[in-house]
Amino acid sequence: MEIAVCLKRVPDTAEADVKVDASGKDIVRDKLAFTINEADNYALEEALLAREKHNANVTLVSVGAKESEEVLRMGLAKGAAAAARIDSASLGDTDGIGIARVLAAWFRDKKFDLIFTGCIASDDGNSQVGPALAELLGMPHASYVTKLDIQAGKITVKRELEGGFLEVKELSTPCVVTIQTGGNTPRYASIMGIKRAGAKPIEQAVGKQGQPPAGTVPVFPHLIKVYVPEVVGAAQMIEGTLDEKAGKMAALLKEKGAV
Amino acid sequence: MSSILVLVEHRQGAVRDVTFEMLTAARKLGAGSVEAVLMAENCDVLAPSITPHANKVVCVSGPAFKEFSYEPYQKALVKLIGEKKPSAVLIANSAFGTDLGPSLAVALNAGLVSDAVAFTEADSGFSVSRGMYAGKLVADWAMPSEPAIIMVRQSNFKPEPASLGGAVEKWDAGDVASGAKTKFISLEEVPTTGIDIAKASIVVGIGRGIKEAKNMPLVQEFAQDIGAVLAASRPVVDAGWLPKEVQVGSSGKTIKPKLYIALGISGAFQHIAGMKGADTIIAVNKDPKAPIFSVAHYGIVDDLHKVVPALRTKIKEMKS
Ligand SMILES: Cc1cc2nc3c(=O)[nH]c(=O)nc-3n(C[C@H](O)[C@H](O)[C@H](O)COP(=O)(O)OP(=O)(O)OC[C@H]3O[C@@H](n4cnc5c(N)ncnc54)[C@H](O)[C@@H]3O)c2cc1C
Ligand SMILES: Nc1ncnc2c1ncn2[C@@H]1O[C@H](COP(=O)(O)O)[C@@H](O)[C@H]1O
Repeated sequence: MEIAVCLKRVPDTAEADVKVDASGKDIVRDKLAFTINEADNYALEEALLAREKHNANVTLVSVGAKESEEVLRMGLAKGAAAAARIDSASLGDTDGIGIARVLAAWFRDKKFDLIFTGCIASDDGNSQVGPALAELLGMPHASYVTKLDIQAGKITVKRELEGGFLEVKELSTPCVVTIQTGGNTPRYASIMGIKRAGAKPIEQAVGKQGQPPAGTVPVFPHLIKVYVPEVVGAAQMIEGTLDEKAGKMAALLKEKGAV
Repeated sequence: MSSILVLVEHRQGAVRDVTFEMLTAARKLGAGSVEAVLMAENCDVLAPSITPHANKVVCVSGPAFKEFSYEPYQKALVKLIGEKKPSAVLIANSAFGTDLGPSLAVALNAGLVSDAVAFTEADSGFSVSRGMYAGKLVADWAMPSEPAIIMVRQSNFKPEPASLGGAVEKWDAGDVASGAKTKFISLEEVPTTGIDIAKASIVVGIGRGIKEAKNMPLVQEFAQDIGAVLAASRPVVDAGWLPKEVQVGSSGKTIKPKLYIALGISGAFQHIAGMKGADTIIAVNKDPKAPIFSVAHYGIVDDLHKVVPALRTKIKEMKS
């Protein structure tokens, strides 16, 4: 069985001060730390579990600049067999469907039984790539999957819906599955694995969006600008030294009946 | 005149709130006739709840539409959109809607913007605002080509009453079931086995700022001090430090306690959706720009690992 996992390298912005750059369309990246997208780490783990259970080969693919190879190396260190980087230099601004077109152009002449993506990228938050990729490849898909059972010619998945519901669904293979966080426990790479991964080759491909579909060419959505949102109805801040803040918060808790 | 199609989302026989949020937003656009597309096993059952909110309800009945499943929905919508040529199609940015939207857009060769929080008609097409970097930035997108497929964030627009009394138009989707590659099996509900956080009046929510499992006792003891129940954001549950049933947010529980104390939670909209109804919200976060401070009533910018012990000392002093 052949499984591919799409990995994205993303900036870790949870605690960082995110600033808009001079272009007005992107953020200042030079002071940020980068990691593998959170959901992709779970997608990778799901593929590695299938590798152990079903003797699957795991191939990794990432669209991005040279640095994207960091996340590919990490996946190789955990046990993936092969990796490819599709260079994004000539792509310009792309939305999720644009990335899906680039991935589809790479996948088109290859044979995979399962393609995993994360359910959402933590930077753009599009939630588009997996289902769009499936449609471009003529495959079925399921998104927000937390549990997955692989059988011959089909898989059974559990999709997470709002409010604590799970949708159980069957899909024929080949198919695309987008993995939601929390369904497994991503492993760490071993020292040995990291050493071995350093020597593995990474296929280099050039990103192309493929031919536009026949008929009229639509003008796809394009980014105008990014900006820091206006804060409305902001919190009343409790200021002072640590001791003062703790004192004021304790008094507030008392006022609210918690003490 | 062009129309705005709004896809009705329903589950287990009930129309979901986001449908009325989208219909309200569509009416405010003032860009054309608002047409709700209701696909259900028997749409006569749900149509009366929609007619006041739309100029028209396009009623599509069939066994394939009993559950929200992207395959039959997509087949029917490709045909319907081809016939109606709407200027925009609004679909919820929900687990159902996002399973459908991107593949529908590809099938139609149309543009799509997901997680929209605001949209207006532009000189050509639509202009759409959406969140990025978990709410730290907003991005404005131009959607010049029609139909513009806009995936609308849930719990973002306030639903408003209406009395349009739209006509019901029956529409036949034809065969949408043959050649299906996916099959709906069942819906499962995650049972609550222990504490129901929705019943607690004081809740302490723990986020990724807690950093490690070994820090959990600190907040557990603090919760005990103030008679609160411990809840969490998704990453804390994903890590297995607290059970799924105490997760607050769109894929967890919606709670309305008297007091919610958010410790080390950034305030992603999926979390906020579950706790914004609390009477009082206090947030502790070391990042002054954390989005949680825009929904909290009171905020402290500091390290929770320092604030909580200091606070416990003050509370002990008050009690003695
Ligand atoms: C379909 C879907 C459904 C989802 N459903 C939910 C849901 O139901 N509930 C939910 O919560 N999330 C949900 N999420 C995830 C959501 O998008 C966010 O990723 C999540 O809420 C982030 O959790 P967090 O705030 O704890 O972590 P982060 O976003 O990583 O934030 C951690 C915060 O802690 C602060 N911090 C760090 N260290 C300290 C310290 N020492 N002291 C004080 N502050 C500190 C940081 O400044 C930061 O603001 C969902 C996502 C998707 C895609
Ligand atoms: N540049 C990329 N390279 C490889 N995979 C990607 C890329 N961008 C997105 N993906 C995959 O698509 C998923 C969803 O991304 P998005 O639709 O942008 O939210 C991610 O979790 C990745 O698995």
